[in-house]
Amino acid sequence: MKIWHILVKEILHRWRSFALGIFAVIVAVGSLTGALTLLKVHDLHTQKILTEKEEETEKKMAILKDEMRKATLKLKFNLLILPKQQSIRDLHIKGYPSEYMPEEYVTRLANSGIITVRHFLPSLQQRIKWPEKNRTITLVGARGEVPNLYKDPRKPLVQPVPQGTIVLGYGLHYSLGLQVGDKVKLLGREFTVHKCYEERGSKDDFTAWIHLRQAQELLDKEGLINAILALECICQGVEGLLEKIRTEIEQILPGTQVIEKGTKALARAEARVKVGQEAKAAVERERRHRTQMRSEREFFAAVLVPLVMVACAVWVGLLAFNNVRDRKTEIGIQRAIGFRARQIMFLFLTKFLVMGLLGGALGIFVGLGFGRWLGLTLEEDIGGIAAGELFNPGLLFLVLIIAPVLTVISGWIPTMIAIRQDPAEALREE
Amino acid sequence: MRMLEFKKVTKSFDGPEGKVTALDGVSLSVRPGEFLAVRGPSGCGKTTLLLTAGGLLRPNAGQVNLDGNDPYALGPETRSKMRARMIGFVFQQFHLIPYLTVRQNILAPSLALPAKGAGQRAQELVSHFGLDDRAGHVPSQLSTGQRQRTALARALLNKPKIILADEPTGNLDEGNADIVFGYLSQYVAEGGCVLLVTHDVRTAAHATRTLQMVDGRLIE
Repeated sequence: MKIWHILVKEILHRWRSFALGIFAVIVAVGSLTGALTLLKVHDLHTQKILTEKEEETEKKMAILKDEMRKATLKLKFNLLILPKQQSIRDLHIKGYPSEYMPEEYVTRLANSGIITVRHFLPSLQQRIKWPEKNRTITLVGARGEVPNLYKDPRKPLVQPVPQGTIVLGYGLHYSLGLQVGDKVKLLGREFTVHKCYEERGSKDDFTAWIHLRQAQELLDKEGLINAILALECICQGVEGLLEKIRTEIEQILPGTQVIEKGTKALARAEARVKVGQEAKAAVERERRHRTQMRSEREFFAAVLVPLVMVACAVWVGLLAFNNVRDRKTEIGIQRAIGFRARQIMFLFLTKFLVMGLLGGALGIFVGLGFGRWLGLTLEEDIGGIAAGELFNPGLLFLVLIIAPVLTVISGWIPTMIAIRQDPAEALREE
Repeated sequence: MRMLEFKKVTKSFDGPEGKVTALDGVSLSVRPGEFLAVRGPSGCGKTTLLLTAGGLLRPNAGQVNLDGNDPYALGPETRSKMRARMIGFVFQQFHLIPYLTVRQNILAPSLALPAKGAGQRAQELVSHFGLDDRAGHVPSQLSTGQRQRTALARALLNKPKIILADEPTGNLDEGNADIVFGYLSQYVAEGGCVLLVTHDVRTAAHATRTLQMVDGRLIE
């Protein structure tokens, strides 16, 4: 027979007391693990919420950005660069600019390094009589977009009109019965109808677009244009942007003036930026809210867990005291038959060690389960979190060291009492 | 040669009604092959005498010699070893360990003094004391006679030089008491010695010498 036979037999003999001790350790370790698990569930939920919100914001921003591009296109352009001598009053009365500037300006602008404008669309516009069809129309010569060489290339917002073709506004093709592919003569030159626009309810309905080069030839304005439309001027930050662009362009092209077009697009851009800022602020508010919630839970755990652990340690200590009292005669007879103090100590402390190990091992899983359950209950809509995701092997290792040590400490004083008790006193009392 | 010797041993306790002298200048000796019975009424100091002899209760004055050595001059660990090697205890209440079987209770002293063949010796004692059919039982499943025989077997496991017995037949009927006395007498006949304290007058018939104890003093 070995001494551990006595240890095992005694544990089995007083299994209720041992089970109560294990329960105390489970409660202590469980409360610690539970609190940590709860915080981990909180962190995972926070991460999930913030990721979702950030993704949602990004999606919303992408949609707004796309809408902005389309809005910019629909509302024509943001800025109109005109010859300096162009009267704005005449522009609004006539509906088109009447002064001219060199076409070379657009190239100078594109190569200037200006970064607030992405594309440039030079045009030559003039109200003319269409003698072949007996109509007064606005003729626009356009050569397509000139990209800003200092910006990332983007899909063009406006497709160029190929040479030899004509694009007709709704009022023209509808009243003249023209369709795509029809041949039509303009100022003595034949064009093929390239595109027929739908009704826009603006002067565009009575406008015809041809290639800039051909327009210059037909209007006898070779090498000249009378407007440059700046596309997608609005990129980031709206406040004071217009003034900035205006100054920038006027520095590059001193013989020009810049007027704003498409105020609605600017407003939308402002709204987009504000929505973006609001979305980011909402994410930040959620982050702060979750951080505060975590601090509250941390504080609660920091108060409750030590209290529970101390209570459980006292509980184990009381059980140990009770065990020593119950075994007073037994210890007395063991001392009488020659058991040494360290053997008695071994019997008691090993029991507490086993109690701590078993309680610690069970407690960590109980705490994990309870913390997970409580976390999922408190954190609505989180969905399932696998227990494995919450399991911390380091914590298991730590608990398997700390729990037995604390249990042994709790049982230390009763053990010392046991080994110091006078065997003669116990035997005489009997 | 004296196995046990008391020289003017005094032991007193502080009780609720003042100082109580349990041993008052007691002197005695027990030789190998001797069965010494100390008789006296309850509270006369018999158990104190036995515990003092067993190295469990340090006297206030006087000297105790066990096989020529003063147990109280030794450190606690050495004294424990000495007890395990030289003394067998038998008590009126048996003091068996409640969760160990008969065989394990008999083997318990081998944990204090590990020795080769302890298991075999325990089995011999189980058979010798007629406990074969109870070897796997715990004390609560035994009769009082079987419990005392188990306690006696436990006391004999390490082949002690002296058995200190405190009212070993106090809880037994006459038949079982005779059996216990028979085993003790056999042990003495084999060269051991017994110091037995009791209030039972029948003991005299089994002891080689009997002393009377009154108020902590021995009378021939």
